[in-house]
Amino acid sequence: MIQDSEKALARKKRINAILTIVLILVFIAFIFPFIMVVINVFKQKSDIMRDPLALIGSKGFTLDNFPNAMEKMGFWRSFTNSLIVTVSSTILTILFSSMTAFVIVRNKWKACGILFGLMIASMVIPFQVLMVPLVSLYGGIFGVLNHRVTLILMHIGFSLSMATFMFHGAIHTNIPLELEEAAFIDGCTRWQTWWKVVFPLLKPTIATVAIIDAMAFWNDYLLPSLVLQKKELYTIPIATQAFYGTYTSDLGLIMAALLLAMLPILILYVLLQRYIVEGVTSGAVKG
Amino acid sequence: MDRNKMSYKVSQFVMFAGVSTVLFFGVVILPFIYGLYLTFTSWDGVSRAKPFVGAANYAAAFADTSFWAALGRTLIYSAISVILINVVAFLLAYMVTRGMKGQNFFRAGFFIPNLIGGIVLGYVWQFVFNRAFPVIFRGTTSLLGSRTGAMAALIIVSVWQYAGYMMLIYVAGFMSVSKTLVEAAQIDGCTPSQSTWYVTVPLMRASFVQCLFLSITRCFMVYDVNLSLTKGEPFGSSVMAAMHVYNQAFTYKNYGTGQAQALILFVVCAIVGVTQVYIGKRGEVAA
Repeated sequence: MIQDSEKALARKKRINAILTIVLILVFIAFIFPFIMVVINVFKQKSDIMRDPLALIGSKGFTLDNFPNAMEKMGFWRSFTNSLIVTVSSTILTILFSSMTAFVIVRNKWKACGILFGLMIASMVIPFQVLMVPLVSLYGGIFGVLNHRVTLILMHIGFSLSMATFMFHGAIHTNIPLELEEAAFIDGCTRWQTWWKVVFPLLKPTIATVAIIDAMAFWNDYLLPSLVLQKKELYTIPIATQAFYGTYTSDLGLIMAALLLAMLPILILYVLLQRYIVEGVTSGAVKG
Repeated sequence: MDRNKMSYKVSQFVMFAGVSTVLFFGVVILPFIYGLYLTFTSWDGVSRAKPFVGAANYAAAFADTSFWAALGRTLIYSAISVILINVVAFLLAYMVTRGMKGQNFFRAGFFIPNLIGGIVLGYVWQFVFNRAFPVIFRGTTSLLGSRTGAMAALIIVSVWQYAGYMMLIYVAGFMSVSKTLVEAAQIDGCTPSQSTWYVTVPLMRASFVQCLFLSITRCFMVYDVNLSLTKGEPFGSSVMAAMHVYNQAFTYKNYGTGQAQALILFVVCAIVGVTQVYIGKRGEVAA
């Protein structure tokens, strides 16, 4: 009996060792594209052309690609644009959607039912259906394209349904009605009840929505490319695309630009890895 | 204060959901309806005049063979990608939930491609396909140069991009299955693989439904990676449905026809969405 369990343990250990090796190999294959970028970013163009796999090029190690690419793609300008758009869209989405969810969950009014129903139904509408009328309405008729505010408001409008849906679930299941009654007896208005009692209790959902939406806004390409057509307003994905189109053959610069485009979010991931993984998982499972 | 008064209801609704309602209707509902109207006009994208043309756009949309080709291509691409994504994701999830050292590291690592926008990923892979692979696999040319190769490349990148995300959902599924059930099965004489296959997997039904539909919608509406990796080349052989709609509207300026084709995509998405709700509901009853 003891021998048996020892055998089983040894077998389990062996399987785990094999699995670890398999995982390491798969992992290397997974990050191979990133490795390629990292080793080529420090080479000159001719070295990349000759052997993209070499760790160090024959002309040696160079850092010139970074300042060149930064200047030519307007990295700091597009980084700032992306940051402004992402941060303000995310904060406003969270505020508006949690408020909307609050009034929808706590009141059985017709308007609430209609709004929530429409929001749920609208989740199946792909963006491609809305892009032509959006450009026609806001570009042709109202002429408000090429403003960051327009993009921010559109981002909010598109992400509201999903965020409201998630806050709806959280308020419905996690916020006891007694708490709000107590706040009412203590003299809170509905607004104070929401801001001082309900909103602080929604922290886990706020984190989930913040992570999912911030990532989506930061990486979004199609909507910003339709709304922002001036170079000064480019976000990182559009700036990368424009840069790639101009400097396709200048591989060193391309590598630096691609790495720069990936770096901000990778740094954030190293710092907030646990929250991001948790947020994405719970967001996907609930949604 | 009378809570049944109409004025109270209206003020509450406006205070909490007013901004959301305006943004949601302005960005989603209004453009959707306006888009329906656009399909009956021949708008050229510039002038204010939108001549009414009846069903001509729908006739043109249905007669457009390249649209049906793109749709068929998208279906093939989606079918292969969805299967591969889910197989890879499930296997990865199985390996990183066995309780060995460093599994959290692997979980976090496989998720990395999801952090980065499709535009940047596509360019990174373009470099890998065009420069690195021909050096590693000597004597081969870039996959991106041939018709089937470009499709294969798109599938490879999509599987790589989404497998880590779906893996996280499967991991959550594995974790949600109670250990006692697995132990009970093993006491009853199941081998570890039998207990996985007959106990754990059936209990993870919700994760499978979730992952399948998530990957179906993502693949079906693929645009960013399509644009940056192949741009529809060679000879328009890798133009997916979303890209075709974009080109039809914004490149060839057939806004009405493009919008009509976008609506066809919407119908497909709506059918997929309704199927998901239906299957999800049926599963709840059975479980």
